[in-house]
Amino acid sequence: MAWAGKILRVDLSAGTFKTEPLNMEWAARYLGQRGLASKYLVEEIDPKVDPLSPDNKLIFATGPLTGTSASTSARYSVITKGPLTGAIACSNSGGYFGPELKFAGWDMIIFEGRAPKPVYLLLRDGDAKLVDAEGSVWGKSVWETEETIKKAHQDPQIKVASIGVAGESGALFACIVNDMHRAAGRSGVGTVMGSKNLKAVAVRGTKGTKVRDTAAFDAAVTAGKAVLAGNAVTGQGLPTYGTQVLMNVINETGALPTHNCKDVQMENADAIGGEAMHRPRVSDGKANLVRNQACFGCTIGCGRVSKIDPTHFTVKDRPEYQKATGGLEYEAAWALGAATGVDDLEALTFANSICNEQGMDPISFGATVAAAMELYEGGKITKEQTGGVELKFGSAAALVAMVEATGKGEGFGVEIGLGSKRLCEKYGDPDLSMTVKGQEFPAYDPRGIQGMGLTYATSNRGACHLRSYTVASEVLGIPEKTDPLETDGKAGLVKAFQDATAAFDSAGICLFTSFAWTLEDVAPQVAAACDGNWTVDSLLEAGERIWNLERKFNMDAGLTAADDTLPKRLLKDAAKTGPAKGKVNGLEKMLPEYYELRGWTPDGVPTNETLSRLNL
Amino acid sequence: MQVTVKLFASLGQFLPASAKNNKAEMDVADASTVTATLSQLGVPEDQCHLVLVNGAYVAPSSRATHALNDNDTLAVWPPVAGG
Repeated sequence: MAWAGKILRVDLSAGTFKTEPLNMEWAARYLGQRGLASKYLVEEIDPKVDPLSPDNKLIFATGPLTGTSASTSARYSVITKGPLTGAIACSNSGGYFGPELKFAGWDMIIFEGRAPKPVYLLLRDGDAKLVDAEGSVWGKSVWETEETIKKAHQDPQIKVASIGVAGESGALFACIVNDMHRAAGRSGVGTVMGSKNLKAVAVRGTKGTKVRDTAAFDAAVTAGKAVLAGNAVTGQGLPTYGTQVLMNVINETGALPTHNCKDVQMENADAIGGEAMHRPRVSDGKANLVRNQACFGCTIGCGRVSKIDPTHFTVKDRPEYQKATGGLEYEAAWALGAATGVDDLEALTFANSICNEQGMDPISFGATVAAAMELYEGGKITKEQTGGVELKFGSAAALVAMVEATGKGEGFGVEIGLGSKRLCEKYGDPDLSMTVKGQEFPAYDPRGIQGMGLTYATSNRGACHLRSYTVASEVLGIPEKTDPLETDGKAGLVKAFQDATAAFDSAGICLFTSFAWTLEDVAPQVAAACDGNWTVDSLLEAGERIWNLERKFNMDAGLTAADDTLPKRLLKDAAKTGPAKGKVNGLEKMLPEYYELRGWTPDGVPTNETLSRLNL
Repeated sequence: MQVTVKLFASLGQFLPASAKNNKAEMDVADASTVTATLSQLGVPEDQCHLVLVNGAYVAPSSRATHALNDNDTLAVWPPVAGG
């Protein structure tokens, strides 16, 4: 069995632990990780709970394939009620932390309550204890925390997932960073962790994992790896150029949200894209990109390792930032760059590095800075309020000032930490917030890629590309090309992507495998790893069940169909350039069909028949 | 007539020496097709996955007949993805 079969429940208020068996009946219906932990959350918390109160819970969850020899088996997720959205939040990360948790003999950790003073959890196989964080790691960055914990316990093999100062100080888009540069990045899961006075989870495991049928599993895993290696995207494109190859693709397509979505193309987008990361710099003749990097068990290796130009203004007097660091991924480069109009690749790499160091989601951070820039240029925010920073589009200096201030919870950074929705409301122009359900949307303009409008509007964790990445079909032709400017057929496309994605996210593997794998490749691996009747059909059914479970939680939390919408700018202001010139997003044409396909009422509520069919 | 050709990712190697930042201006015959233009640069047809003319997708079945206009921008990628 790929499951360890155990959950660790940590009552932070009382400082006590409880070991429970994993609910295998639920695992048979919700698979693992995102799905299974969502089931636990839904069963255990009041959907109307204040996300930052002790009554919210925070779950670290693995999937059945996490820590096995399956490719990309590094994944774990953090599930909670999100502070940006008030909706269910599930954020997924790679690196080495997830497998280590499984190796220690645990499938899941559920944190309850709030510690009376800052602590971190130290988990060495079956031995759990809460360690005082005051005077050691509280107030420290993610990087300092990881190093300090490993030294304190004299074990460099300990894997650490922690929050930085941003999470401690309440920035609403704080993330949880593990292995220095990998993050459960979206939806403010790090903010919830900070509200619980929980600084870090440090794990050392020596038990390994087992699978149900070793021979069948080896055969399925070997076949799966051959598919990834033979596919041009997962075998060559992603390892060489990373996700950043998309910068020029999306800009040429006319769907690169620029200047807080005032524009859909950036004049100098090439300067911050994947190809630019390979080019030798004028200053030192070296490229920004040092090499690629893989998470545990990954045979793709899309991660980026970069070095910032040592003569650049961000680091020239700070040698600690001249070392190799986590490089730019596409979504981060877009938010920090195109959204803000900053075309300085080195400044973006530095800002991304600070996001990793202090534990912030670069998508929400960058998009919020973009909104602040528009407020500033419109006179709603003044230079006095920004502490003297000229917060204008295109200013690398302003971006860098904001990332440092937000990371430390200082000055105007406290305002940026509110996120775009609350910032724009506070400064008198809520329509400038490019968010859905309070979460900033990522790097695809729904005027130029129509299906992404429906994706953002209906995403259960607020605007997000990782809930149904229809860009794959609408732009990249995977698995087959559809017209990005067309609304017909997009309701079905979005539903299909949402259900399949929920299954990938619940299995313990990386969603990027889906550029080469279908569920036909995943099903035999899951079936050989653990008990249960796992086929393509049952995985898809589990995916649909998970989507409806999340939706029902959100409805019970108070969200309605009125929240399934987009910022007015995308529905009223036509794109000015590119193939989508003259177009807005046609959400009103797609949404009713989507509700119908889902088996929901015209008000977006799952019908009793649908809930019954899915055994919810 | 003149067109702008942009070749990205691994296709960058097929750009002429005059290219800068994955982009080159090219003189081509009037009404030159997408296929003819890429052939002029020696770009293998089977590596041309995503082909955009002025940002709009040109399907494989249309590339041999899709004629370029003066000042068009032709952008091409091998299979790529991200997110």
